[in-house]
Amino acid sequence: MLIRPFGWNEFWIIVLAAQWTIALSVIAFAGGGLGGLFIALVRVSDAKWPRLAATGFIRVFQGTPLLMQLFLVFFGLNIMGFGINPWIAAALAFTLHAAAFLGEIWRGCIEAVPSGQREAATALGLRYFNRMRYVILPQASKIAVAPTVGFLVQLIKGTSLAAIIGFTELTRQGQIINNATFSPFLVFSTVAAVYFLLCWPLSVLARRMEHKFSRATKR
Amino acid sequence: MYEFNFAPVLAGLDRLLVGAWLTVQLSCAAMILGLALSILCALGKTSHIAPLRWLIDGYIEVIRNTPFLVQIFFIFFGLPTLGLRLTPNSAALLALVVNFGAYGTEIIRAGIESIHKGQVEAGTALGLSKLQIFRHIVMKPALRTVYPALTSQFIYLMLTSSVVSAISADDLAAAGNDLQSATFASFEVYIVVTLIYLGMSMGFSAIFSVIEKAAFKYPLSR
Repeated sequence: MLIRPFGWNEFWIIVLAAQWTIALSVIAFAGGGLGGLFIALVRVSDAKWPRLAATGFIRVFQGTPLLMQLFLVFFGLNIMGFGINPWIAAALAFTLHAAAFLGEIWRGCIEAVPSGQREAATALGLRYFNRMRYVILPQASKIAVAPTVGFLVQLIKGTSLAAIIGFTELTRQGQIINNATFSPFLVFSTVAAVYFLLCWPLSVLARRMEHKFSRATKR
Repeated sequence: MYEFNFAPVLAGLDRLLVGAWLTVQLSCAAMILGLALSILCALGKTSHIAPLRWLIDGYIEVIRNTPFLVQIFFIFFGLPTLGLRLTPNSAALLALVVNFGAYGTEIIRAGIESIHKGQVEAGTALGLSKLQIFRHIVMKPALRTVYPALTSQFIYLMLTSSVVSAISADDLAAAGNDLQSATFASFEVYIVVTLIYLGMSMGFSAIFSVIEKAAFKYPLSR
């Protein structure tokens, strides 16, 4: 096997692979956001069976490894006749994963809105949809920003597991370059540095917002 | 329509259970060592030596903002170029300890900060030694405060440990990979493996709540 040195060219190949990590994270976050809102609303609804189903969905996703969720979707799509496609499998698995976690985070935020708000809205004659739309969700969303950004960091890091099912994102590109150059120290330091540059600003942002929020609500 | 075939999975169930046992051992060992590392780092963050504090802060930020998979690749493939060669299982343990330490430090620090300064002063006034104060007045109530956060971090650690199968350690996920390539019943194998993980995380949750009731039953401060 021909071993080529780790140079600028290899460095840029790794850095540019971050676009697939970002793309996968954006898809999962958008899909997971929609699914998570639905799950959170079902979780706080009065309908017993849907509520139990949503709770079960969250428990299963929080009680099993992300890697296994990824494998089950990957092989599950295959036996349902969709063929092996890492893109679709990764997008679907991370969307479901994000929906479960965001659903649980946002449920907590909705429940953190004082119950007097809901009662007052009901007393003003607002029905469920308008009550949620104009009274509960705007207040809950303020509480939700910091933990949601925190979860986004977790999601970006989680997309690295897509490398294991052969999706060529940042980590997989690092493995490929490592196989060609055999400089694991440089390669994985570069990969880690790119993840750090993606995640660290978000972590700092989440921490600042949490700090600001806890000061604003302190009496 | 696909026909499920669980027979080869059930035939290899003993191998999965051996893997599950290693996952439990690996997680418990990583938890204990990681907790010791967390306490040391949390103490170090209260130190007067600024470079030590910066070093610990840097460690926490780097670990928390990079994926575990990259950390384990770095340890397993990167460290040998510096002359430190590890077996897959010990690389897995090292990676889990280093990873847990970063999250644990923040949890322990939050616990220590929850102890009122007057408590420590009262301990000094009673003539307790520094070590006694740290053990009985700071650490024990602090651990009780952060117990829920620590236990959920442990469950998260156990689930994360499935990633060590990527360097062929002998854990449950790796046992699943082996069985999968031997039987080709991929979906069935991973369904069973996932259920074992689910059972383990539910089991540990139950054990932790029993321990909480037994160990921390003395009354909370008013």
